[in-house]
Amino acid sequence: MLKQCEGSIAIAEAVALCRPEVICAYPITPQTHIVEGLGLLVKSGKLSNCEYINVESEFAAMSVAIGASACGARAYTATASQGILYMAEAVYNASGLGLPIVMTVGNRSIGAPINIWNDHTDSMALRDAGWIQLFAENNQEATDLHIQAFKLAEELSVPVMVCVDGFILTHAYERVDVPEQSKVDAFLPPYEPRQVVDPDEPVTIGAMVGPEAFMEVRYLAHHKQMQALERIPQLAEEFRRVFGRASGGLLHTYHTEDAETVIVALGSVNGTIKDVIDQMRAEGVKIGSVSLCSFRPFPTAALHAAIGHAKRVVTIEKSLSVGIGGNVSHNLRMALQGRDTKVSTVIAGLGGRAITQTSLRKVFTRAIQDTLEPLSFMDLNTAVINRQLERERVTRRTGPAAEAILRDIGTMAARVS
Amino acid sequence: MNKPFAITLDVGSSLANKTGSWRTERPVYVDRLPPCNHACPAGENIQQWLFHAEEGNYEAAWRQIMKDNPMPAVMGRVCYHTCEGACNRAKLDKPVGIHAIERFLGDLAIAEKWNVNVEAKASGKSVLVVGAGPSGLAAAYHLALLGHAVTIREAGPFAGGMMRFGIPKYRLPREVLDAEIQRIVDLGVKIELNTRVDDLDAVLATHRFDAVFLAVGAHLAKRAYIPAGDASKILDAVSLLRGMETGEQPLLGRRVLVYGGGNTAMDAARSAKRLGATETIVVYRRTREKMPAHDFEVQEAMEEGIMFKWLSTIKSESGGTFTVEKMKLDDKGKPQPTGEYEEMQADSLVLALGQDVDLSFLGKLKGLSINDGVVQVDSNMMTGCKGVFAGGDMVPAERTVTVAVGHGKKAARCIDAYLKNSVYAPPPKHELAVFDALNSWYYSDAPATVQPMLDLARRESTFEEVVGGLDQSNALFEARRCLSCGNCFECDNCFGVCPDNAVIKLGQGKRYAFNYDYCKGCSLCANECPCGAIKMVPETI
Amino acid sequence: MTGASRVKFYQTGTFTVGNRLLDVSVRSVQSDADRNNSLNSGHRACQGCGEALGARYALDAAMRAVNGRLVVANATGCLEVFSTPYPESSWRVAWLHSLFANAAAVGTGMAAAMKVKGRKDVRVIAQGGDGGTVDIGFACLSGMFERDDDVLYICYDNEAYMNTGIQRSSATPAAARTMTTPAAGQEPGNVFGQGKNVPLIAMAHGIPYVATASVADLRDLEYKVGRAMAIHGARYLHVHVPCPLGWGCDTGDTLKVARLAAESGLFPIFEAEAGEVTGRRTIRRRVPVEDYLKMQSRFAHLFSPKRDERRIAMIQAIADRNIRRFGLLDKSEQGAHP
Repeated sequence: MLKQCEGSIAIAEAVALCRPEVICAYPITPQTHIVEGLGLLVKSGKLSNCEYINVESEFAAMSVAIGASACGARAYTATASQGILYMAEAVYNASGLGLPIVMTVGNRSIGAPINIWNDHTDSMALRDAGWIQLFAENNQEATDLHIQAFKLAEELSVPVMVCVDGFILTHAYERVDVPEQSKVDAFLPPYEPRQVVDPDEPVTIGAMVGPEAFMEVRYLAHHKQMQALERIPQLAEEFRRVFGRASGGLLHTYHTEDAETVIVALGSVNGTIKDVIDQMRAEGVKIGSVSLCSFRPFPTAALHAAIGHAKRVVTIEKSLSVGIGGNVSHNLRMALQGRDTKVSTVIAGLGGRAITQTSLRKVFTRAIQDTLEPLSFMDLNTAVINRQLERERVTRRTGPAAEAILRDIGTMAARVS
Repeated sequence: MNKPFAITLDVGSSLANKTGSWRTERPVYVDRLPPCNHACPAGENIQQWLFHAEEGNYEAAWRQIMKDNPMPAVMGRVCYHTCEGACNRAKLDKPVGIHAIERFLGDLAIAEKWNVNVEAKASGKSVLVVGAGPSGLAAAYHLALLGHAVTIREAGPFAGGMMRFGIPKYRLPREVLDAEIQRIVDLGVKIELNTRVDDLDAVLATHRFDAVFLAVGAHLAKRAYIPAGDASKILDAVSLLRGMETGEQPLLGRRVLVYGGGNTAMDAARSAKRLGATETIVVYRRTREKMPAHDFEVQEAMEEGIMFKWLSTIKSESGGTFTVEKMKLDDKGKPQPTGEYEEMQADSLVLALGQDVDLSFLGKLKGLSINDGVVQVDSNMMTGCKGVFAGGDMVPAERTVTVAVGHGKKAARCIDAYLKNSVYAPPPKHELAVFDALNSWYYSDAPATVQPMLDLARRESTFEEVVGGLDQSNALFEARRCLSCGNCFECDNCFGVCPDNAVIKLGQGKRYAFNYDYCKGCSLCANECPCGAIKMVPETI
Repeated sequence: MTGASRVKFYQTGTFTVGNRLLDVSVRSVQSDADRNNSLNSGHRACQGCGEALGARYALDAAMRAVNGRLVVANATGCLEVFSTPYPESSWRVAWLHSLFANAAAVGTGMAAAMKVKGRKDVRVIAQGGDGGTVDIGFACLSGMFERDDDVLYICYDNEAYMNTGIQRSSATPAAARTMTTPAAGQEPGNVFGQGKNVPLIAMAHGIPYVATASVADLRDLEYKVGRAMAIHGARYLHVHVPCPLGWGCDTGDTLKVARLAAESGLFPIFEAEAGEVTGRRTIRRRVPVEDYLKMQSRFAHLFSPKRDERRIAMIQAIADRNIRRFGLLDKSEQGAHP
């Protein structure tokens, strides 16, 4: 049913359509509206046969989901930012135990300094946790990915994170086609666990594994992700057949066929990127883009094909791998092995800073001119940075950098005066 | 279930890991010798019969006693129960009332007419037992069970010996004694009464016996020289007690002195009271603490109004006046005369100064050795004369019914071996189950059961039994006070407390076994065994 | 305790695991030759491990109480490590280990799953050591309590982090030596006035059932597991389980030391329903704390090189306070035993 609604509500409804049996709710911006939405659906009786549990932390949220999933219940939770770090240990554990939990991450930065706005630092922090990570480009895809996520997770017995840009998607009112229950039921069979904690067939789950088998266990987790590489496009196709629209898959290409320059990015920023590409294409520039839907597993082959014969690739990345640069570009280089494609990493939009068409266009233009540095930071206020660095050079005890910078750019001064 | 590799395991699969290899010490089940058994002169397996009694399986309990002692009902009354003196329970509260339970079992057996049967094949051997007292009867019983033909020759008119002629009715009702003797007779033991063996050599010359057991007891009263005006006023305790059995009740008068401090003195004094004496005074040369009589007998006598004159010896009698010299104890605790005298009026004096053995019938027996008035025997109860064994009061030992019964049993075993041309070898004794070997925590507090006592008024006037018996419920309670020292009573502690499930429960009556595949040797089972029936022994590597 | 006291024990073997004189139906679970052995032989717990014993006691009792319809969540720790090293498991129950801190929450999830799956007969136990319960797992435990989730949480308290090699937890008693409260300096061992009483904190949540128990009193422990399994909602059972290695006592003295803990008053054994104490196991043979302390080398510095009278008296005061607070000498409210 087509409706105009907040992204979080569309996601909540999509999750509800998947008939989750246990939902763990803990508030953290910007994910909160999702669990609120689910809470209302459960409490009002629209989502029945579901235990909605107000837990005391994200760590408990994931732990409760682990217990529920291990006992054969379809389990769901949502989190963001500090929350995913607080549950990090359990995130690893869920995948280690092969529990098909689905979790929405309303992507947000990680403090300090504390910041509630969107970037991808949180998901990236757990990119190696053994979860499948799918990034939604818009709210329709966010909605659809959740339905695919349950199916993928349960088929492979591996947990799936659906990453949705905080505020930009979670709080945005857009037109979304929320599917009918019957179609979701047709697409998503009931959860048939691969293993279950059950007194009728007791097993010991969660053994301690030593050097003699640990490598193999880890390899098998990798193998599952390789299987996912095959299943993700198939599921997208199945989804298209049932629901009549394309959503998900490993990646989406945009004007890459003849592109000399390809932009690669995760999530909602791809919308802005496409707008800029449209403008530049209109001017005859051979530029295109790849929106990575699956970051884990990383679609090396698909990306290799999508980039085609481009001379250069620019990644627009909402997370900074401090000390080296970009996470996406770092992974992407695997896809470009044996080719002399130039890769430039652009760190952008950290902590919710707007990524404007103007700024993107500037970057793309410099890339095409081959003047873009291998690593650059979009819209960085170098004057502020230089002042802070100078202060630090002169004085040992400079006080907190964040506050100093805020003073420099006048935010605090404006409030005080 | 298609289980994920390594992280999911089959239940209980750790059985593959044999943790027994960690062990440096291994627990082993042992049977330690319970102090009661150790102390029992009759060699009863008291702990074992209490085990049966605890379950209410009284017949099994009784049969266990009967393996060692043919007269539980008698024994439960007259035995001075050294077992109770040794009982470890005394260190917790009060000893188990073993004698009371034994008496209950014995009485129940009589009431239920339980008996034993000879199961051994007839050996073709015959044994002569001289004397139908406790020792002779016990020997006859055991010999009969071993398949031997037994003839008892008894000088007196009844079987029972000192059980009949030395112990008053109020301590041992005669129907009880008769019933238990009859049970022995029923095994085929021939008792020839009023048949004194005057000359053993002559008997053996005319009758073919393969072995002889002598158990004539000690019936000759020791006399003290007391110059007396009227000797008829002085009689001895043996005659007094015997006379009551044979119907020759002596006339003692209203005021009776009893001279002596042993159990026989108590029996004589209490009997005198029952015969109508208004005052009975025990005269003893030492103090109560030094008195050989058992404390409970003294206590009961005092309750019945018997008076005591300590530190006194009787010097002479004249016209119903007895001259008594005061004594004092020297440094060694021996009584010494003081030269101070006093006079006591009395109608009669009963001497209870001990008994001697009448050895005249042994005159010509070859190899026999007599020392200090008693017959010497070797460790197998055999006298210096081959094939002639002796026991009871006539050999050097404490003179009690229980010791006599024990002699009878041991002699029977030795005689049996002798008849088979071998020598009896007693089984090795287990290590004693001392209190420190127990874990007393596991025994709950349970005060001893007090046996009912006859009203004082009736005790002073009749020969009714003074001490009552237990009934089913309190006998059970009392039996269950047993700590089962040193012997597994299947409490499941070892089975329960093993952190490694390395104890196998074999089922009721079958105890347990260790599974050394998994036992790590922590010794919890040994420490938590209430009765000390588990021992840790080093592993040999 | 009320339940156990209804059983009429006889004199022989009243406090033992079994009693052949009792009717089979009222004998302890552990005395049953066909007990579940929820923790099987071949586990790698140290010799004389109190926790291994306590876990088998508790789970066997629970298995009987719920007719085998049980699932268990286990926190990381000794109990988990010694029972499930690949490729062997010692568990004979449906069992899940997730993390150190989250057993209570995993239990919540399990209970939720069973409820939503319509498997009302399947009951949930979550269990862990003191570290996983009173320290790192405390938030999840409290959350499970306040939501009144249908989970029995069992803490096997051996008073320190034993799996990692004897470090202090907030259940470590005053003066005890651990590797992080060494027997050094002016006040050797653990600090006085620290630590927390989780049973009392559990009671403060107002949950239906809270009890303490000792591995030294099987009857009482089994009764409490049974009582707990007869109740729905959040329940807490705190079981004292000595660690011979960590406490420095003989491997065969595990139960003795546990017994002395209870008999001295240092480990009060009681039960509470809906936040109110409803029963206590009274002391049977009271002993000074010294008897308990002396058995364990973790307290050796209290006696050598010279007696630390002041701190021994302070520990005695703790015991005395427990005795007053829980009425441990009040024979009028007799405990589990006659």
